[in-house]
Amino acid sequence: MEIAQSTLNLIFIGASFAVYIVIAARSRAASTKEYYVAGGGVSPLANGMATAADWMSAATFISMAGAVAISGYDASRFLMGWTGGFVLLTMLMVPFLRKFNKATVPDFIGDRYYSRTARAVAVVCAIFICMTYIMGQMRGVGVVFSQLFGISIPSGVISGAVIVFIYAGLGGMKGITYTQVAQYSVMAFSYTIPAVFIAMALTGNVVPQLGLIGNYTADGTAVPFLAKLNAINAELGFAEYTSGKLSTINMFCITAALMCGTAGLPHVIVRFFTVKDVKAVRKSACWTLGFIAVIYLTAPTIGAFSRVNLIEKLHQTTYTEAPYWFKEFEKTGQMAWVDKNNDGRIQYFGPGKSEAGTFSVFQGKAPEYPLYDAPEEQRIGVHGQRLLANKADLSNPNELYFGNDIMVMANPYMAGLPPWVIALLMAGCIAAALSTAAGLLLVLSTSISHDLMKKIIKPDLTDKEEVNFARLASFAALVVAAYFGVNPPSAFIAKTVAFAFGLAASSFFPTLLMGIFSSRVNRVGGIAGMVCGILFTSSYIVYFQFLGGTKEQLLFGITPEGIGFVGMLLNFIVAFAVSNMTKPPPAYITEMVSNIRTPSGVRKTPPADFEI
Amino acid sequence: MNDQNSKSHWRASLRLTGILLVFWFILGYVAPILCRDWLDANFPAVGTAPFGFWVAQQGSIIGFVVILVIYAICMNRTDKKHGYTEED
Repeated sequence: MEIAQSTLNLIFIGASFAVYIVIAARSRAASTKEYYVAGGGVSPLANGMATAADWMSAATFISMAGAVAISGYDASRFLMGWTGGFVLLTMLMVPFLRKFNKATVPDFIGDRYYSRTARAVAVVCAIFICMTYIMGQMRGVGVVFSQLFGISIPSGVISGAVIVFIYAGLGGMKGITYTQVAQYSVMAFSYTIPAVFIAMALTGNVVPQLGLIGNYTADGTAVPFLAKLNAINAELGFAEYTSGKLSTINMFCITAALMCGTAGLPHVIVRFFTVKDVKAVRKSACWTLGFIAVIYLTAPTIGAFSRVNLIEKLHQTTYTEAPYWFKEFEKTGQMAWVDKNNDGRIQYFGPGKSEAGTFSVFQGKAPEYPLYDAPEEQRIGVHGQRLLANKADLSNPNELYFGNDIMVMANPYMAGLPPWVIALLMAGCIAAALSTAAGLLLVLSTSISHDLMKKIIKPDLTDKEEVNFARLASFAALVVAAYFGVNPPSAFIAKTVAFAFGLAASSFFPTLLMGIFSSRVNRVGGIAGMVCGILFTSSYIVYFQFLGGTKEQLLFGITPEGIGFVGMLLNFIVAFAVSNMTKPPPAYITEMVSNIRTPSGVRKTPPADFEI
Repeated sequence: MNDQNSKSHWRASLRLTGILLVFWFILGYVAPILCRDWLDANFPAVGTAPFGFWVAQQGSIIGFVVILVIYAICMNRTDKKHGYTEED
């Protein structure tokens, strides 16, 4: 009996939701400690899985392989930046912050720099970073839901928001930790299974990572896979896959900004507050990076394999003979074909094939389509293809448009895998979006309820009131996030990713680092450093992303993606200079710093309160 | 815990962190970015992939995991030596 793909999708996603909700309901939080840090007793392995799920967003899951496929070596900056950051996080941050034994990141900054101003700056940064991220997640959930259930994107976003609120808003950290464990499992399986099959088909190797550095064997010969890919790229007018276009200094700065940004992201740091002691933090960090590596080592293989597969299946194929999945993705607008030379064949070419050096298929960024009630000849072409409302870009011969997400989404179709694999992949996408959204929501709500309400505005809040405030805040945050999910400032979202990492790299990372490793940096220095870092980084990004700064004006050719690294250096310099000119921090701060460097005693001593 | 003990523990952990950060820097920056072309040309290929490219796409990630495992093992040992280990 043949089950329809849509039914299978429903079964898989429905089953996974049932699991998440049951887990969340069983581990509902009752106190602030449970709400913020799951009571502080999660096992290192479980926390590792949960952190991995929290860390990998829908964009990572769906689009990263596509980014590698299109830019080859240059995309290594994401692969290294988002894994290498965990080395910094583990060795320089989380063991000490865990020992400090407070619930949030602004907590540490406020106490260590004995200043409400510092705490307020940290709260604003945390809210901004998380808000930027969560908008994209909500949008992602909405898009997947709308495709699956045939509902509009707004209703997709709202149903996603309701689900996240049920288990994150109500369940708190305890609720999301265990759901994230389940979500990681779904993500890992759904990501690696298609990769294994496509690796076997193209390279005869069961392990995709070995296939990438092995031989291409699909046509009976054995040529090195990367050489094959380079040859394909060269033939179609793309730069060689293994060569890089970014300048060395830019590549260096972007990688560094991503790494330092990763080590300063509040929603990742707080995940390590849920394990029982410093030893468990270190163990948990190993598990985390191990689990992340499973996905990150698979992404470049999926990118490379899918690229070869896609080109071989579509390039120079007549539309009428094109595989069925091409037409499926054409319907959803993720792929498009514009028959520029009217030969009925799909051609895919790179920037090397035209004098203009471009390879855009149509004018404008995303495909737009005629309205459904437009006359048929405007909607359907002579070969049966879906026509676009965009004007064709005739400066180059490329006819095939596809988004970055195609490399992952179309992978099981291209490899001819059974429908249940595709259903699993859909469940994986949603798991990736939901788990990240839930983690971010938690930081947002605790930033507001704990750092803003309890510590700055209304210190006499009882524990119970604080949890209720957290729930209220998460509801409010979701409403805002859902609003932007429904009406995305789309150009804005893409550009603000650089913002989130730049801000984390230039504010949280250096400020936390100095707070732990120096007992000399004082209140004025800490605040001055943070403010300079943030101002420099954000004005640079705003200038080049929104106010039309030109390439020639770039500082040493560093693009906004990488400027967070320079902002970080500035933060360090200003903080040290100012601290050395002003008087050292009070004795109890020096004592607190030496105390957090001593790994024992997390469980015995309740956190000391440094009220100001 | 006396002051001397905590100072020598801090020194030991700084030394370990420093050494591992050097390896982190080599794996994340020197090999895949700064010296990539030289490594591609002068180092043996990994499988069929040029060395620098391989480090950028796979080697560094594997290396980062190894660094963290070494860090966890060595730090836990240092803690034990200085009497900071807690029984479960």
